[in-house]
Amino acid sequence: MSTDTPANDLAVREELRLASRALGQGLYQTELSVPGVHCAGCIRAVENGLIQLPGIEHVRVNLSTKRASVRWRGATPPDLLQALERLGFPGHLSEAEDGRKDPELGRLIRALAVAGFAAMNIMLLSVSVWSGADAATRQAFHWISAALALPSLLYSGRIFFLSAWSALRHGRTNMDVPISVGVCLAFALSLYDTVHNEPHAYFDAAASLIFFLLIGRTLDHLMRERARAVVRGLVRLAPRGATVLRDDGRRDYLPLGEIEPGMRLALAAGDRIPVDGVIESGVSDLDCAIATGESAPQQVQAGSVVRAGTLNLSGPLTIIASVRAEASFLAEMVRLMEAAENGRARYRRLADRAARLYSPVVHAAAFMTCLGWMVASGDWHRAITVAIAVLIITCPCALGLAVPIVQVVAARRLFENGIMVRDGSAFERLTEIDTVVFDKTGTLTLGKPRLLNADAIAPETLSIAAAIAERSSHPLSRAIAASRPGADAALSDVREYPGLGIEAWLEGSLYRLGRAGWALGESGETSESATVLSSDGRLAARFSFADAERPQARAAIDNLRVHGLRLEVLSGDTPAAAQATASSLGIDNVAGGLLPAQKLGHLDALAAQGRRVLMVGDGLNDAPALVAAHVSMAPASAADIGRNAADFVFLRDGLDAVPVALGVSRAAGRLVRQNFALAIAYNAIALPIAIAGYVTPLIAALAMSLSSVIVVANALRLGSGRLRARGASSSRARAGDFRPALESGR
Amino acid sequence: MSSLVFLIPLALVLGGAALAAFFWSLRNGQYDDLQGAAERIFLDPDADRAGAGFRDTGPADPSRPG
Repeated sequence: MSTDTPANDLAVREELRLASRALGQGLYQTELSVPGVHCAGCIRAVENGLIQLPGIEHVRVNLSTKRASVRWRGATPPDLLQALERLGFPGHLSEAEDGRKDPELGRLIRALAVAGFAAMNIMLLSVSVWSGADAATRQAFHWISAALALPSLLYSGRIFFLSAWSALRHGRTNMDVPISVGVCLAFALSLYDTVHNEPHAYFDAAASLIFFLLIGRTLDHLMRERARAVVRGLVRLAPRGATVLRDDGRRDYLPLGEIEPGMRLALAAGDRIPVDGVIESGVSDLDCAIATGESAPQQVQAGSVVRAGTLNLSGPLTIIASVRAEASFLAEMVRLMEAAENGRARYRRLADRAARLYSPVVHAAAFMTCLGWMVASGDWHRAITVAIAVLIITCPCALGLAVPIVQVVAARRLFENGIMVRDGSAFERLTEIDTVVFDKTGTLTLGKPRLLNADAIAPETLSIAAAIAERSSHPLSRAIAASRPGADAALSDVREYPGLGIEAWLEGSLYRLGRAGWALGESGETSESATVLSSDGRLAARFSFADAERPQARAAIDNLRVHGLRLEVLSGDTPAAAQATASSLGIDNVAGGLLPAQKLGHLDALAAQGRRVLMVGDGLNDAPALVAAHVSMAPASAADIGRNAADFVFLRDGLDAVPVALGVSRAAGRLVRQNFALAIAYNAIALPIAIAGYVTPLIAALAMSLSSVIVVANALRLGSGRLRARGASSSRARAGDFRPALESGR
Repeated sequence: MSSLVFLIPLALVLGGAALAAFFWSLRNGQYDDLQGAAERIFLDPDADRAGAGFRDTGPADPSRPG
C-alpha cells in the first residue's frame, strides 16, 4: 500500500471493493480498522479528513472498537487507506462481519435489565411485608411479586436453564445446575405458599439470585469480548486476494479463494505472498520471519519456491501459483492446529470442578433435611419447606461470582498493562505452569535487525550510508537509517536494485549500499552476502546486524527464572542464530531449525513428561504449538492465526508482559481461592441454620446479599496495593496505546 | 390503604417504562461506542461537514442492517 504504481493502486482499490458491503442505490459501506485513534482529536482528524475525499457520504469513527465506518458511492472506491496514511492514522481493511453486534452480549444485557427490574420491585414489596404488613396487604404483595418473578424467571433465567440442561444432557454437571434447581424450587414453593395464604414467600430470593448471577455472567462476557475486539482490530497479515495476470494481458484482482494453480500473480514490493508458488520472473528479498522464524531476509529469483505468508521486501515479482489457497502453508498450519486441539484434553474450569463437588453435597444435604424433618415432625409440608430453604440459602450466589469477578478485575489490570486475555480460564492455567517455551524470531527478538557495529564506522561514512538507506524500505536499510536518524546528504540519481542494494551519486562518487558481491564488483570479496557501503567500487564500511532483542527481555527472563520456571527456546531459525540469542539471555535449553510439526512434537513430549508449558510465540509456524501448549501468549505483531490461537496477546513491545501476566494470574488465583474459602465459610454457617429450620425470607436475602458483597469487595483488592505499583512502573504509555503493535506489523 | 391500589401499579408502570426505554436505546445502538461518546463532548458539532455525520446517530449506525 505504500508503492504507487498504477497496477498496485488498482489492486488496493479492488481489495477495498471486495471488502465493502453494498447498501443498494450505488452506496457502499467499508469498515476500516484504525488502531491509532484514542481521543476526540483523533476522531475529528479522521472524520474530517476522510469526508473531504470525493464520493464519501458519511464517516463515523467508533473509538471503542478503533474502527471507522465509511459510506461512499461511485464506480471506483476512494483510496481510503492512503488517505488515512496521509492523516497520520495508518489503517487497514477489517472484515465486514466484524462490525456486527455481538448477539450473546445483547441477550445477556436484556436478561440483566429484566432481572434487575423484577428484583428491585419485588424487593420493594418484600421490605413492606417484612416490616409487618397486615395479612390482606401481604397476600396482595405476594401475588404481585409472583407476577413479576414469573416473566423474570422465564426470560432471564433461561440463560442458566439452557446451560444447565445442556450440561445434564451430556451427563455432566456445572454451576448452573444447582442454580437452576434452587431458583425453580424457590419459585414453586413460594407460589404454593402464596396460594395457601402462608406468611413466607421467597420470590425476592429467586429474582435477586438471578440478578446477581447475571451481573457476574455479563462482566465475564464483556471482558472476553473486549479482548476479542482489540485483537481483531490489529493489523491483518494475510492478503485478501491477488492481482492475476491473464494471458491476454489483462489484470484482474481476484479474491484468495478463486486463485487456481497455474495462475500468474503480480506482486509489488511490500505485498505478502498470497499462496504457495514458484517465481517466474523478478528478483527480490523475502522476509520469512512470520512464516518460518528465519530472521535474515532470503534472496529469491526466478525459479525459487515461495511460501504463503512471507513478505516481499524489495522488488516486483511474478509468481505462478502452485496450489490453491486451502492447500497453502497457512492451511497446513490450520490442519496441524486442529490436530493439536483434538489431542488436548479439555481443561475443566475451576468453577466447574467446584460445582461437581458442590452440587451433590448440597442436593444430598437438602434431601437428608427433608427426610429428617419428615421423621421428626411427620409434617411433609414443613419438611419440604425446610429442604427448599436449604437449597435457596446454599444456592451458589457467592460461588458463581467468586471466579468471574476476580477474572474481570485481573483482565482489567492486564489491559492497563497492554495485555489482552482471550479466555477467563487462561488465568487458572497460567498459574499452573512450570515451563516456559519461547520462540526466537519476533518473540524474544523484535524480528527487526539492528546495526551492531555503528561505533566502529567513521561517523561521516555512517551518515552517508544512513542518508542512502533512508530511501529504501528494506529492513537492513531501515536499521542503518535508524542508527543515525535525520542524516541527510545531497544525493542524486538514487536507484534501488531489488535483491542487490541501492546506489546513489554524491559529490562525483558512486556509492553503493548493499550486498558485497554487487557493491564491490568482482574485487575479491569473500563473503558476498555481507552488507557493505562502497565508494566507486572500493570498500567504505562493512555492516553487521543482529536481530534486536525485545525491550526488557533480559529482565523478564531473569524474573521467570527466579520463579523457578524451566526456560526453553524453540526456533525455526538456524541453530547458530537460536543459540546466540538464547545464550545472550542465559537460556540453556535451545533447539534451532525446527519445523512446525517438530515444535508441536517437542511440546507433546514435554506434556507427556507431565510438564505444563506456557508457549510464547508469534509466527505462523508457532501456531500449532500455541494451541498444543497448556497456555499460550503472543505479541500483537504475531500472524493472525497465532494471535487467534493464543490465550494472551500483548500489545506493547516489552517482553515484561510475560512476568506481569504471570504475577497478575497468581494474585488472581490467590483471590479466587480466598473467595472460595469465603463462600464455603458462609455455607458452613448458613447450612446448619437452614437445616434447623430457622431461615426466613429476610434471613435468606440478607445472607445472600452479604456474601455476594464480601466476595466482590475481596476481588476488588486485586486493583490496589503492590500490583498497582508494579503496573504503574511498567506502563510507559497510556493503556490504549497500540502504536508499537502497528509499527511492528508493517 | 386505598392509596396502594393505584400507587403500586403506578410504580410498576414507571419502572416498566424505564425498562422499555432501556431496551429501545440498546437496540438503537446508543451503547455501541461508550468511549467515543465520552470523548465526543469535546467536539464542536457545528464546526464542519463531518460533524453533520455524527449528529445523525440513528440510521448512520454502522452495525444496523440496511
